[in-house]
Amino acid sequence: MTAMTMAGALNAGLRRALTDDEKVVLMGEDIGRLGGVYRVTDGLQAEFGERRVMDTPLAESGILGTAVGLAYAGYRPVVEIQFDGFVYPAFDQIVSQVAKMHARTGGRVRLPITIRIPVGGGIGAAEHHSESPEAYFAHTAGLRVVSVATPQDACTVLRQAIASDDPVVFFEPKRRYHVKGEVDDALALDAALPLGEARVAREGDQVTLIAWGGMTGVALDAAEAAADEGVSIEVIDLRSLSPVDYDTVTASVRRTGRVVIAQEGPREAGIASEIAAVVTERCFAFLEHAPVRVTGHDVPYPPAKLEKHHLPDLDRLLYGVDQVLDRAGVNA
Amino acid sequence: MPKTIQLLDEHGVRTASKHYDPLVADLDADALAGLYEDMVVIRRIDTEATALQRQGELALWPPLLGQEAAQIGSGRALRADDFVFSSYRENGVAYCRGVAPVDLLRVWRGVTASGWDPYEVGMATPQVIIGAQSLHATGYALGMQNDGSDAVAIAYIGDGAMSEGDVNEAMVFAATFQAPVIFFCQNNQYAISEPVSLQTRVPLADRPAGFGIPAVRVDGNDVLAVMAVTRESLQRARRGDGPSFIEAITYRMGPHTTADDPTRYRDAAELDEWRGRDPLARLRTLLETMGAFGPELEERAAARADAVAAELRAGIVAVPDPAPLSVFANVYAEPHPELDRQRDAYARYLEGFAS
Repeated sequence: MTAMTMAGALNAGLRRALTDDEKVVLMGEDIGRLGGVYRVTDGLQAEFGERRVMDTPLAESGILGTAVGLAYAGYRPVVEIQFDGFVYPAFDQIVSQVAKMHARTGGRVRLPITIRIPVGGGIGAAEHHSESPEAYFAHTAGLRVVSVATPQDACTVLRQAIASDDPVVFFEPKRRYHVKGEVDDALALDAALPLGEARVAREGDQVTLIAWGGMTGVALDAAEAAADEGVSIEVIDLRSLSPVDYDTVTASVRRTGRVVIAQEGPREAGIASEIAAVVTERCFAFLEHAPVRVTGHDVPYPPAKLEKHHLPDLDRLLYGVDQVLDRAGVNA
Repeated sequence: MPKTIQLLDEHGVRTASKHYDPLVADLDADALAGLYEDMVVIRRIDTEATALQRQGELALWPPLLGQEAAQIGSGRALRADDFVFSSYRENGVAYCRGVAPVDLLRVWRGVTASGWDPYEVGMATPQVIIGAQSLHATGYALGMQNDGSDAVAIAYIGDGAMSEGDVNEAMVFAATFQAPVIFFCQNNQYAISEPVSLQTRVPLADRPAGFGIPAVRVDGNDVLAVMAVTRESLQRARRGDGPSFIEAITYRMGPHTTADDPTRYRDAAELDEWRGRDPLARLRTLLETMGAFGPELEERAAARADAVAAELRAGIVAVPDPAPLSVFANVYAEPHPELDRQRDAYARYLEGFAS
């Protein structure tokens, strides 16, 4: 075990994937010589060469489309989209090609492409640098979508995503890049929690608080604060957004009877909405209160000085907890 | 205006070319007869498929009538280990790759999203999103380059695709990395109803120079010239000299698809003009001039076309509808519990109708 930042853990995971499988190639803008704008690929081009760690032209659809061709030829491309808001030019290749190729070819052509995307706000960034586009991809059949919250998961889940024969959209919360944790970068992939399963990040028995990516840390802080007031919150770090591990989610909600879902992105047709619907369908008889979503507003991501009024913070999560606990004066 | 490469003029007269003649010098009378037969057969497949659509056996069909030389001339230039990334109209190319005629029609009957195994024939499932396959070809070519193989990827695109971002991005990537890829553009003059003048103010073959990609313009109804320029591009790619662009000037004699009515956007005189440049007629004239076209060849080609058409018809009408639950198959390569849950629920729903 070594103490690493999440960015360092991602770097270690990529290094291991490049070492373990010669068909793994990295592609993206500024990932080679510079090592990526967040230094996630730092040193990898020097170590593995320009053929395996490719600086590409500035064309996101081009990156994804050539990754499709490389995968067709037996390669395992790991693509970096520089920022969340830059993925849209690649949307057609992801949705129309990457997601559908396996089904289209009756399973004959596999596209084991990992699409790494720095995600979310909370870093005071410029426009198009703080978005949470998870729902677009979770809505698309054929993709797996994950979002990691800890350095260990960053390393291990990334390696699992690269090893998966399905395409995986891999979200890296920017605000967690510099948070440190103990990491075993050689952890056997089959000994780790499988790709697609959620993690109970904190046990509790009164309220289930579901989060992922950048919201997981906020949710844990909220649970700690609530504990001081005698409220026991179970925090689930979802990790996988498609498919969602509903076994873990529903087992928790059936015990607590109350659920709050924390989401950075806008509310309308978001992942939190889907979870609220499924929890209602599958846990209806166990619910003491309607599920509550605490989300970003249905607005374009605001300028940096306003982002604190958009991003759910500890107080807004606790407000949601008060709602599901029917605390006086707080209604859903 | 770039020169249009031509080895066989529209009257079937062989014109000499110092540069291109050596590239087709191996084509003797038998080989030319073979190309003629290929064109007769794919024209017949096209006609038969159109009829099958009219008879309700296919949902749709995109005819290639008029583009036989562009497809056979290029398709027959490829090696088995080259890889084709095409649009949906390249049924002649697919025929050259060894796709069984009935497999050409499966998608259009609506029973599958892919009529064949891409790896068996070295040709990807035809692409419907305009131009998207140009990037796939480029990426595949990068893979060949990494592997140290001299196999080449070829992207078939049309004049309309030249306006798509993906095609332009593909040319950037291909040029930057000197990928062994050929962009084969069949300029058939129309993107559904839109004439090529709506896509470009300059000849399409002038554009690749801006990307640093050598380009040629070829008479796409001249099977010899098409084969010569394709072979030249293949040689360039195989020896590590990077991508090429070919603009094959041709004409879509039929509708965009069987759902289209071209009389709304083009006149009969234009069609007549292009009918005079028919790719089959001019090769037949050449063969006659060589004394190589007789009743034997005519009958052999007709018999082969008849046999393929009969096989096609019998095969496609016998294709059963797929099983309902196959809609859930192959969405993912690895287990997906939520999709399994949906499948099981739908199976129970369907079972409710059985009793």
